[in-house]
Amino acid sequence: MSKARISPVRSGFVHLALVAYTIIALFPVVLTIVNSFKDKNAIFRSPLTLPTGSSFSTVGYETVLKQGDFISYFQNSLIVTVVSIFFALLFGAMAAFALSEYRFRGNTLMGLYLAIGIMIPIRLGTVAILQGMVAAGLVNTLTALILVYTAQGLPLAIFILSEFMRTVSDDLKNAGRIDGLSEYAIFFRLVLPLVRPAMATVAVFTMIPIWNDLWFPLILAPGEATKTVTLGSQVFIGQFVTNWNAVLAALSLAIFPVLILYVIFSRQLIRGITAGAVK
Amino acid sequence: MTRTTLKGLLLATSILGSAGLAHAEDVTLTIDSWRNDDLSIWQEKLIPAFEAKNPGIKVKFAPTAPTEYDAATDAKLAAGTAGDLITCRPFDKSLALYTRGDLAGLNDLSGMENFSDVAKAAWTTDDGKTAFCVPMASVIHGFIYNKDAFDKLGIAIPATEADFFAALDKIKADGTYIPLAMGTKDLWEAATMGYQNIGPTYWKGEEGRAALIKGEQKLTDAAWVEPYKVLAKWKDYLGDGFEAQTYPDSQNLFTLGRAAIYPAGSWEIGLFNSQADFKMGAFPPPVKNAGDTCYISDHNDIGVGLNAKSAHAEEAKKLLSWIASPEFAEIYANALPGFFSLNSTPVKMADPLAQEFVSWREKCKPTIRSTYQILSRGTPNLENETWVESANVINGTDTPEAAAEKLQKGLDSWYKPAK
Amino acid sequence: MSSATLSEDGTTIAPRARRWHIAVFLLPAFIVYTAVMILPLIETLRLSLFNTVDGHSTFVGFSNFGVLFGDARWAHDFWNALKNNTIFFAIHMLIQNPLGIALAAMLSIPNLRLAPFYRTAIFLPTLLSFVIVGFIWKLILSPIWGITPFFMDLVGLKSFFSPWLGKPGSALIAVSLISVWQNVGIPMMLIYAALLNIPDEVIEAAECDGITGWSQFWKIKLPLILPAIGMVSILTFVGNFNAFDLVYTVQGALAGPDGATDILGTLLYRTFFGFQLQLGDRSMGATIATVMFLIILAGVSLYLFIIQRRIRRYQF
Repeated sequence: MSKARISPVRSGFVHLALVAYTIIALFPVVLTIVNSFKDKNAIFRSPLTLPTGSSFSTVGYETVLKQGDFISYFQNSLIVTVVSIFFALLFGAMAAFALSEYRFRGNTLMGLYLAIGIMIPIRLGTVAILQGMVAAGLVNTLTALILVYTAQGLPLAIFILSEFMRTVSDDLKNAGRIDGLSEYAIFFRLVLPLVRPAMATVAVFTMIPIWNDLWFPLILAPGEATKTVTLGSQVFIGQFVTNWNAVLAALSLAIFPVLILYVIFSRQLIRGITAGAVK
Repeated sequence: MTRTTLKGLLLATSILGSAGLAHAEDVTLTIDSWRNDDLSIWQEKLIPAFEAKNPGIKVKFAPTAPTEYDAATDAKLAAGTAGDLITCRPFDKSLALYTRGDLAGLNDLSGMENFSDVAKAAWTTDDGKTAFCVPMASVIHGFIYNKDAFDKLGIAIPATEADFFAALDKIKADGTYIPLAMGTKDLWEAATMGYQNIGPTYWKGEEGRAALIKGEQKLTDAAWVEPYKVLAKWKDYLGDGFEAQTYPDSQNLFTLGRAAIYPAGSWEIGLFNSQADFKMGAFPPPVKNAGDTCYISDHNDIGVGLNAKSAHAEEAKKLLSWIASPEFAEIYANALPGFFSLNSTPVKMADPLAQEFVSWREKCKPTIRSTYQILSRGTPNLENETWVESANVINGTDTPEAAAEKLQKGLDSWYKPAK
Repeated sequence: MSSATLSEDGTTIAPRARRWHIAVFLLPAFIVYTAVMILPLIETLRLSLFNTVDGHSTFVGFSNFGVLFGDARWAHDFWNALKNNTIFFAIHMLIQNPLGIALAAMLSIPNLRLAPFYRTAIFLPTLLSFVIVGFIWKLILSPIWGITPFFMDLVGLKSFFSPWLGKPGSALIAVSLISVWQNVGIPMMLIYAALLNIPDEVIEAAECDGITGWSQFWKIKLPLILPAIGMVSILTFVGNFNAFDLVYTVQGALAGPDGATDILGTLLYRTFFGFQLQLGDRSMGATIATVMFLIILAGVSLYLFIIQRRIRRYQF
């Protein structure tokens, strides 16, 4: 399907606009990374220059890496994020399918109930959640975090996915039913593949707050063995910390893993779209 | 295949989760704290010193970012997962924890006799009967200055308010340095380094503070408005765009040698020593007229208490007694110059700047920050309001009189002085 | 793919006696969500009807709400926060969402070179934690660090620079724009996914009728992605009225200067968890949370029961 129908002039303008906004989007990030490799004087006096021979310094990274076991922190963050996304997507998609596909009494009410979660910050339930986790013996386990994040991710996943599932053709589903497919097969084999772009989008949205959350790791799993990256690097970001080298290094380190996760999901997104086109 | 990955991940979760329980023979005590910056001092000096003398007890120092500390500690105490030892904020915050039964009383703790009543004041019930935290350190306010800059411009240490502004004028006229390194963006700088720093000179320290609590003075009285009038004059000597200057900005301006005077708390000493490459000195808040008594804010800032629900109360008390000992005071005060020990046994400090600060205790009358005791118990919170209004006065959005009036009105709305 | 018959939503399925699969689909989400989220939140919101009287938690009915709206100081803080929050939301609706739609429209042009790169780059800020965003922008806008003044000097506008984050008149707008910068990726991605969902047949049919370029976007694509725009709007509404972290990291819990950037989230945080010497007041905090919840619930209900039902939805 080659559609080279866009005029060069218009395409030029489009590129110009996109490049301009890309610069706005990237500049602060680049600034952080560039300055994380400079010594303190250079950061402050000439923030816009690249590190030169004399101003190049990795002291920030050394400070950060000395402070804790960052490899293990990364591992914890990764496990928590990936498992939570998996469950939020699976359970979320199932519920979204039920809400968008079937007419049953209380459908709208259930939809509203499942959307309440995006209306109140879950942080407010902290004390009760913590008490529950204490009772279940889950304090200082990654399971506690996974449970909270799955619950936290569900409302948004259901909300977005049910919107997208409404656009899946009924003819297709009914054809499946005529072929004798069970409702479960229709969901897993027909509908899920079709909403893959939306799933990838939801995965990305779910991932961000989980990866970046400081609060629940601090409350539910502050132990050394279960520390996440964000919690591990918060030591450098307090109000009384002026060690800019360490701050910038910690911030730069925190950017990369989330970017890699995004690229993975983004691939999935593209693949989902192309798969959809051939169907 | 997804399922096996998942299984693996879940397995990994439970293994990681139980790893924390692996070595349970020794008793491990956890200290909850907001002092991120002290982590290495605890790990390298204090904990080894304690553990060497107390085999079988392991200590873990677990700091949280200062901004999250109070909320996180509250939640953890409520659910019973807080550390064995809790670092205490001064006055009402910790008092509330004690009244709620989260902190244990410490009157019978051995080592408490090492502290005077004044030292314990910040962590004692209103009737003065029960102490609930071991005092660790106080901080003193004053001004740190760039000695090289003062020498170059031929400025002597200002003793009076007039000297102070003359010095600022001179620095400003010269133009090499920003006269005062302070911003109003973070609000608390204006209140703590500004109002609470110079204020005691005008309201006569403890005298004014006690009168305010008794209701004999009001924040709208001349003695309380005058510091605001002086602060309003600071505006012209701050750096460009001071309205958006944050606390780290101020520190950096000074340590990079771009500003001449830094309205300070003594806690800055450690950081400044390591970052500034010029000579520094310090002077107490200037008095109004030559020969007046000087007043300084010598504020009890940090203590440590016992979680009433600690499973290892006996061991925790051993640690607390050690924290109350002169040995701890010596290590702590020297590792953290600017955090002055509250122990009755005098501590020898090596740092000259710290010595300078602590020497003011001899010649000036000490007091604590005016808003901390009793007056910040209600809503609106006087301390928070003071932050906002101090910044407003310096920014010029409120006149000193208007600011004082707002503060008093807020206080009146809930505070009824005991008659 | 079914041809572009654009059948409207509402195909009915023959009712069956027992449809257990519905329960199976709903149950896992329902259980986790109820146990970990709803019950703890109810436990908290319940506190809005209680207050501490003589050291005991006592049922006080709606009197906490009376205090919130009746007491001059509480009411002032609340209405100030609500006003700021409304401005915050308006800026997002007027700038973030149109910008997101425009970017998505450009990105979805077929065979656009470098599209994956643009998409990733523009989405990057959305991936960053609030801590990073707050820290970076404070530095960039800082008069001390001099980045913004330097660039404004390059284009001859230096005299227009001012310490925006520190001025009561501009701080809220500055914070809102930082938030737009960070969050524009969300509407962009959702709209982008919706635009990609439009079948090629529809577009080809339009082209056969000679509808191309801008008019194609306005006349064909925009109506087709209206449900997605509706969803983006309601998500923006919910997100903005729940916002907290960015203001907290950029302006602190007191949301200065002089409360100029105080939104409902920061007011709630200060009240519920306390701040500095201020002790946390769970009852009043829960009261504010309940009011916020009702505001958001009203918006979402408006969307679910009125707007969502009116939007024409097409199946492909």
